[in-house]
Amino acid sequence: MAQPTIWEQILDTANRANPYPYYEELRKTPVTRLPDGSYLVSTYAEIAALLHDPRVSSDITRNPAAAAAGAAATGEDGDGDGAGMTPTFLSMDPPDHDKFRRITMRHFGPPTTPGRVAGMEERMAEIVTDLVDDMADRGRIDVVDDLAYPLPVTVICELLGVPPGDEQRFRVWVDVALQSTDPGLDPETQQKKRVEAGKELRAFMQELVDTHRRAPGNDLLSAMATDDGPEGRMPDEQLVSTGLLLLIAGHETTVNLISNGALTLLRHPAELQRLRDDPGLAIPMVEELLRYEPPVHFIPFRTALDDIEIAGTTIPAGASLTLVLAAGNRDPAHVTDPGLFIPDRRNNQHLGFGGGVHLCFGAPLARLEAQIALTQFATRLENPRLVSDPPPYRPSPFLRGPSHLPIDIDGVLAPGQEN
Amino acid sequence: MRLVVDLTKCQGYAQCAFLAPDVFTIQGDEALTYDPDPDEAQRTRIRRAAAACPVQAIRLDQLEEPRSPRPPIEAPGTAAAGGGNGGMFKRSGRIVIVGTSLTGLRAAERLREEGFTGSLTLIGEETHEPYDRPPLSKQVLTGTVRSDDTSLPRRRTIDADWRLGVAATGLDLAARQVHLADGNRIGFDKLLIATGVRARSWPNAAEAALAGVLTLRTREDAATLRQLLAARPRRVLVIGAGFIGCEVASVCRELGLPVTVAEAGPAPLGAALGSVIGAIAGELQIENGVDLRCGVRVVSLEGDAGGQLRRARLSDGTTLDVDIAVAALGTVRNGDWLAGSGLASGVWGVACDAGCRAFDANGLVTDDVFVAGDVSRAPQPMFGYQFLAVEHWGNAISQAEVAAHNMVSGETERWPHLAVPKFWSVQFGTEIKSVGVPSVADQVAIVQGAVASRRFLAVYGYKGRIVAAVAFNQNKWLDFYEPLIEQAASFPPSFHHVDEPADAQPVQAGFQPAASPTQDATVVVTGHYPNERRARLTDRRLP
Repeated sequence: MAQPTIWEQILDTANRANPYPYYEELRKTPVTRLPDGSYLVSTYAEIAALLHDPRVSSDITRNPAAAAAGAAATGEDGDGDGAGMTPTFLSMDPPDHDKFRRITMRHFGPPTTPGRVAGMEERMAEIVTDLVDDMADRGRIDVVDDLAYPLPVTVICELLGVPPGDEQRFRVWVDVALQSTDPGLDPETQQKKRVEAGKELRAFMQELVDTHRRAPGNDLLSAMATDDGPEGRMPDEQLVSTGLLLLIAGHETTVNLISNGALTLLRHPAELQRLRDDPGLAIPMVEELLRYEPPVHFIPFRTALDDIEIAGTTIPAGASLTLVLAAGNRDPAHVTDPGLFIPDRRNNQHLGFGGGVHLCFGAPLARLEAQIALTQFATRLENPRLVSDPPPYRPSPFLRGPSHLPIDIDGVLAPGQEN
Repeated sequence: MRLVVDLTKCQGYAQCAFLAPDVFTIQGDEALTYDPDPDEAQRTRIRRAAAACPVQAIRLDQLEEPRSPRPPIEAPGTAAAGGGNGGMFKRSGRIVIVGTSLTGLRAAERLREEGFTGSLTLIGEETHEPYDRPPLSKQVLTGTVRSDDTSLPRRRTIDADWRLGVAATGLDLAARQVHLADGNRIGFDKLLIATGVRARSWPNAAEAALAGVLTLRTREDAATLRQLLAARPRRVLVIGAGFIGCEVASVCRELGLPVTVAEAGPAPLGAALGSVIGAIAGELQIENGVDLRCGVRVVSLEGDAGGQLRRARLSDGTTLDVDIAVAALGTVRNGDWLAGSGLASGVWGVACDAGCRAFDANGLVTDDVFVAGDVSRAPQPMFGYQFLAVEHWGNAISQAEVAAHNMVSGETERWPHLAVPKFWSVQFGTEIKSVGVPSVADQVAIVQGAVASRRFLAVYGYKGRIVAAVAFNQNKWLDFYEPLIEQAASFPPSFHHVDEPADAQPVQAGFQPAASPTQDATVVVTGHYPNERRARLTDRRLP
């Protein structure tokens, strides 16, 4: 049996808890060709350049690796699409990407709806307060199940207009769909699982769209289902896939951000104490987390539309590219002391949300949720201690985060009683 | 609290507008405007916005920040200047900066960051502390920001002797003194000239004196114009469709005011973008209800008995009833005070080398006199070593930093200023952004997007290489084109990429041949032997 390649080691679930030494190895060759003819890019400057390079396509239908994986209609951000799913702006190129992103943005953010996310701050704080209150009489909690998951899922459901009880329904299918994005699985199994989960999710979302169209509320799905902006409305099948994208990408990644954040703080007690003393530190700290322990480790399935010379290598036209964000984030050529967690790092430019026209749609939501959740985590939990380090991880190498994060606490301070 | 956004860096990701929507506003696809002096109550939201900016373009006032004062940065290489006289100068030398706008302030901060601990004197003709000018033609005119609330945030303390409200009137190079309007003379070991430019006035002095006729460059100009616009004039006449003219016209339409733009050239922004891309900016104006008249001059401005502007006569034979005329005729470099100083200063500004050291009238480079910002004119190796004056916001900062660094650095540690010029403009909800120097180009091609949707990217070429790229609402792609300019990549670009337009054929860019500003310099050379030969600038301007 041949020595596993660095990439195989990164994908290996055994290395999920700490892939960073492999990323360091990977960066020694900024652009690496894999045996299947696809390319990995692992250094900051090169990733940043390719994110702004119009010769790089996000159109999944043009990607040979996606085709080989039977993922021709799968968005790269784990949106859980099944085969035959209408693509979303995530896997489109301009001008279509720009148009459908604008149509979706119309109800979510600037220029048309600028106050929506900032206006959710109080509600987010209320949700977090309730979640932490519920930990009060328990010696052991699970940061994932008790905080990192329920906050973003509640927020995205309220934002979209998904009824609270429905979370039970879609969670099962989402888990299946996300497992199917694990490159460790064989393509046939991936495909089968995706089709099953995709069907269920589509039916679920179509039902929601229909309901909201009949009786619109003050939520995103209602707006998208009923409002005709200057550029028109999305076709229904695209509305369904976009709704699913927002629902799933809108919380799965944030779960990882919050649980990675809690884990990192527990591993850095001095920084945890600093955050207790100065909750404002949460603002730059979340940026540092996005750099140091990003929720999305790489962007797969980009395609070179022409020969691209970069870092001394020519990526041939037609090749599939994977941008290894988590490796670029710790590139010593970009950032000093890349392996150190420095919550107030200045001028922190990172790849945590990607970049260029595809920069994460929900980034402001994720930032605010993580800032609020981690602030209360630091200020209200008494004497939190890791039960096991490392914790168990979810299988996905690209949406990377703990599956559970059990910690012991001595109690919970009431809101306003901190310090 | 004060803040400024480096809109040269901004790519319109809108993260700030999400997180602090009362302070930052996105117009159209990606054009950012903001309140430069928001209420203290917004601090948490603003800190969120600044932290979230993907390109780290938002700068808050460090003097107002409650925590973590920043230690002085020891720039790489500056330690070497510590030896010999350089080290002595850095500890206890005297630096005078003439000019207290963006360039002067940034240079002063940079000098301190570099570890300069000697005396620092800042001389400024305006009475205000340094303020930012881009908002004056945008947020201030719409009334969303007061003209007084545009002071620039500070990156650090600079411990300087400020001489505000007093103009520099002369320079005695032999005595190493700057002469001030109040009669004082300030001695220096090294001098930075950063006096910038002023607006070119309407040439007919009597007409220029009419109430309602004005230029736009200073805070006072902006405050006056804002007041006049708020009084709902019958019509505004904008004379000249450069960036200031176009932005004023845009604000007028935003305020619902009738506006006529008279442009002598074939298209708006013709000097900056050429007539082909300029014509698209013209279409934007017409779509937004501007009465745009290209190839038309203003023949005269007429007032009533009270000296109030009432009418304008145009070269197309029409007469307009107008209450306001904004002369947007470009700028004049503030080098007059250097007349007779022996420096190569004239209508073209003050010439300097790539390290910002001023040339004297003989063409010799000086050791201790530096120049930066709008008033300077420096060789651009990327653009055929032409001496170019780059009146862009980003250039004011990058040149200030290079000048400051070189002022306190030994010969082997000096930096050349080789930044690729960049500018932006916001008009009619469209972000226009440029990298490179379009005006040196002969051809232009639309390479991405569609003109019809006002979302496109144009690449400019000169003799088969790329010299500039201009984006209309597509500025996230410009990072790709900048290295192509730096590497002199071939034009027209021939690679495949996303969003290819139907027709990417290059056409003539449509720049009017411009006279070299230095061709009118009158220089008298005297002396016979090499040690006697001297050049002297003489003032032989036509009456």
